[in-house]
Amino acid sequence: MKDLNQLNSFHLDILKEIGNIGAGHAATSLSTLLKRKIDMNVPNVRVVSLQELPEQIGGADTEVVAIFLRIEGDAPGSMFYLSEVQQAEKLIQSLTGNDDFQLRKPPFDQIGLSALQEVGNILAGSYLSSLADFTNLNLQPTVPGLSIDMVGAILNYGLVSLSAAGDHALVIDTHISEVGQTQEQTAGHFFLLPDPDSFQVIFKSLGVDVNE
Amino acid sequence: MSEVIKVGMADLKVATPPDTIRTSGLGSCVGVVIYDELTNVSGMAHVMLPDSSQSKQATLNIAKYADSAIKELIKQLLGQGGRAFSLKAKIAGGAQMFTFQSGSDVMRIGPRNVEAVKLALKQSKIPILAEDVGGKSGRTIEFDPLTKMLHIRTVNQGTAVI
Repeated sequence: MKDLNQLNSFHLDILKEIGNIGAGHAATSLSTLLKRKIDMNVPNVRVVSLQELPEQIGGADTEVVAIFLRIEGDAPGSMFYLSEVQQAEKLIQSLTGNDDFQLRKPPFDQIGLSALQEVGNILAGSYLSSLADFTNLNLQPTVPGLSIDMVGAILNYGLVSLSAAGDHALVIDTHISEVGQTQEQTAGHFFLLPDPDSFQVIFKSLGVDVNE
Repeated sequence: MSEVIKVGMADLKVATPPDTIRTSGLGSCVGVVIYDELTNVSGMAHVMLPDSSQSKQATLNIAKYADSAIKELIKQLLGQGGRAFSLKAKIAGGAQMFTFQSGSDVMRIGPRNVEAVKLALKQSKIPILAEDVGGKSGRTIEFDPLTKMLHIRTVNQGTAVI
């Protein structure tokens, strides 16, 4: 499938279910890690132009904490876990017990950073392994990279392999949040961006006709 | 009233004073500014990939690739009163946002973009008067065609002017 516009609502529903299963497992992992209740929203699947993508996350200038990894194997793609800076700080503070941990200004605490990277590893790993189980595909994550920077800069790095093939990306966006005592707080977003050739592989593995 | 003309990812635009021209969130992408020193007509491209011959697309987005974007930018500048002999360039971007152990080509995209931009400018005989490339930080850049200064903002290293 070369043209993302060929996707019909049935295909989008399947991709939504992939986001559901993946992020569901990741939310459970995070919940176990923090011993707190984590909620997730219904995944949002959409085809967006490369220009629009950063705008959907608050504009290219917005500062975020990002864990990025490439998926290798049968259905290559890129995966991001994006979180607000303040939320990531709180997460690491509660995990390491170091209340001074901050991500505003370097130098950053090395133990905290490595904890953050490990959280990314666990979340992305549980997302991907459930996806691999569901589709019966061989999917391997690369070691995740961590960056605290502008969301535009982070995303265009992950869009490189996609952008050689087209001007649009299919984004499976799942939003997870922590259920607090008073209000819900965003924990982060999962973005799964399959490479253009990977759709066919994913649909085929689930026994769906691509040209349906 | 002066306006800020925004250039998106894989996009290019031309501006004249008093307007300024900016692009946000350059990561591995390179922001290329070409301007005419005398007539002040200026353009900016947000380049994502090095080489348009690598494109797998049916219709080529010329602003996406270093070689085709620079060619198009020069053409548009000349069309709006720029003169080939007084064109100058300033470039910024090409960062390595994440460090990975595997040194695959895709992951080295920042430095490759910078190389391709420099080559394309050299071929068009446009001198690069200033550059801020490489590193690990994203950049937001804004060019003022009147002062010919390029303002560069990063998250952790503050603002620079080149």
